[in-house]
Amino acid sequence: MLRKELLQQPYYRSLTLNMTVTIIVVSFIPVFLVGSTIYYNFYASYREKVYAHLEELVEKHRQQIDDFLVDKLADIRFMARNLGYRNLSNEAFLQTTLASLQRNYNHVFVDLGVVNGDGQQVAYAGPFKLAEADYADTDWFQQAMKKDYVISDVFLGLRRLPHFIVAVKNTFGGQPWILRATIDFVIFNDLVENIRVGETGFAFILNRSGEFQTTPLVNFVPRKGCYGHFFDCSKALDDRVTIMEQEDDGKKYIYVTALLKDKNWLLVYRQESADAFSHLRRAQIISIAIFIVGGVSILMMAFMLSLRQVERIKEADRAKELMNQQVIETGKLASIGELAAGIAHEINNPVAIMVEEAGWIQDLLEEEEFSPSANLEEFERALKQINTQGKRCKEITHKLLSFARKTDSRLQNFAINDLIEEVIGLSQQRAKYAKVTITPQLADNLPALQASPSEMQQVFLNLINNAVDAMDKEGGELKVTTGHRGEHLVVEVRDTGPGIPPANLDRIFDPFYTTKPVGKGTGLGLSICYGIIKKMGGDISVRSVMDEGTTFTIELPIGTTGAANMNDA
Amino acid sequence: MMDLLEPIVLLVDDEAPFVETMTKRLTKRKLGVLQALGGEEALQVLKEDDRVDVVILDVKMPGMDGIETLKEIRKEHPLVEVIMLTGHATVETSIEGMRLGAFDYLMKPCDMDVLMEKVNTATKKKRDHEEKIREARVSAILKART
Repeated sequence: MLRKELLQQPYYRSLTLNMTVTIIVVSFIPVFLVGSTIYYNFYASYREKVYAHLEELVEKHRQQIDDFLVDKLADIRFMARNLGYRNLSNEAFLQTTLASLQRNYNHVFVDLGVVNGDGQQVAYAGPFKLAEADYADTDWFQQAMKKDYVISDVFLGLRRLPHFIVAVKNTFGGQPWILRATIDFVIFNDLVENIRVGETGFAFILNRSGEFQTTPLVNFVPRKGCYGHFFDCSKALDDRVTIMEQEDDGKKYIYVTALLKDKNWLLVYRQESADAFSHLRRAQIISIAIFIVGGVSILMMAFMLSLRQVERIKEADRAKELMNQQVIETGKLASIGELAAGIAHEINNPVAIMVEEAGWIQDLLEEEEFSPSANLEEFERALKQINTQGKRCKEITHKLLSFARKTDSRLQNFAINDLIEEVIGLSQQRAKYAKVTITPQLADNLPALQASPSEMQQVFLNLINNAVDAMDKEGGELKVTTGHRGEHLVVEVRDTGPGIPPANLDRIFDPFYTTKPVGKGTGLGLSICYGIIKKMGGDISVRSVMDEGTTFTIELPIGTTGAANMNDA
Repeated sequence: MMDLLEPIVLLVDDEAPFVETMTKRLTKRKLGVLQALGGEEALQVLKEDDRVDVVILDVKMPGMDGIETLKEIRKEHPLVEVIMLTGHATVETSIEGMRLGAFDYLMKPCDMDVLMEKVNTATKKKRDHEEKIREARVSAILKART
């Protein structure tokens, strides 16, 4: 309710807004800078780590595959040289050799064949019916004849199954012959297929024409041409592992490539970037979530904090305004007081002359010549009245002057309860005639009050007399309560009189303000009380309900030298 | 011619009507009354007439005020008693007045009986004082002769 009100006032609304924006900017900028720096560094190092890991993985497997191929070639070369054409061209011997190879190498070798220099297979051991096959036109045969050995690309061949051949050339009796072995494609394929990372990472091998040498895990068509355009083959290729990121079908992929088999094959490892950087993505999501939650908290905190601060500022402004009002009020009272003192003094002299003149007339009337006068008695009554009224004027001016000058304001320590009982005692007789019962409700163990007893007496006498006057017509009850609240003594004077109309409540502490009939009150009593209480640093307030009564509450600061139950008043 | 047995007072007040009326009232009560409308005039009167027993002195006057006049009277005429008369009897001025040696303090408008009583007491005090001084002087002379 208060907050809503607060935001409706342009000054406080713009103050709240300014504070909120300042807090947000001050909080967000460092968070944002620190967050982005950390994120950038984390991103860069994580990426580097992922790349390094993949490079190492591919390098390791390249080694492994190359070793595998070199091993198999070495095995065949060893057999060809050691066992010789004569033995190997014997099919029974070749069968035994294949069986022994398969036992030792876990069926890596599918079959063996001995081919003469014309490309005719002279001996064959294996599951296929390939005896006397003619390889004269095959690539591998021609290469083997040129290079002494060959590891072929994967092809279907006569058996219509993917396989590749390892062959070495030897000579027997001046004639070249070739020992060739078929490598189990499944076992070779497994070597490559085993390279699996994350959910989408897999490897495959391409030849120089961009044809698959192993089965890729997913249906994937590399672009045609030299190594499926993973490399520009017009440039010299080196042995290094190369890493790159490129987009295929709207997705970003990481490609890690390495050359194999005398740079004839290319080992390609492919993984979706999102998969490779999934941890990074997770960290990103967590960071964003933290940032959002933190941001919302900062926003709320900034708004709440500003609102609370502005509320306090408003409260302080209100207190300041109130204080200003009080200062003005006090100033007004002081100037009225000074004015009153001046008037009192000026009036006193003429009144004194009037009274003296009346006294003189009275003196003269005492002369014998006036004694027979018929109106002598009336003259005397009138003069007495002038005297009485003159004295009343004196009392009024005296009150006014004491209001302005605060006579007898020496401080003493005394017990408030004793003083109140004394004042009640003074008013008791008057109260009895007004049918008012005065009930004191005095708290025990009150600390002593440091004040001027005569001033305090004046205050309570005024309040009690006013209350008695208010209940004069119908009688009533007057309660005087004392108590203790924090650093203050609290005295309440509560009557059951007719109450004060709300319109008059604001003015009752003004000097000369009175509701009593002319001649009954000077209108100075409450303003004197107000002056005394305020001078002491206390407070006097009034609550009134029509036809129910009025309560005056006085709060008096306890003196520093106050001790409990002092009775030296 | 004033009767030397009755007290002789000097009324000092800047309000001429007050002085007039008071003079009449005090004269009617067989007092010898001299008048002054200010502090300077009062000192002049005292200088010219040494029979004054009591000065009834207003505190607030234009020019030389009551307190200053009191100081001068105490200095020049230490035997003369002073009753301060004021429109407002404040604690501070009364203390100041008594400290400076005023006989008493009264507030305007004052009761004639009270004033008469104070004037009489002050006069008695002054004359007793004078008597003692005279006796002292006589005994000093006698002592010197013997």
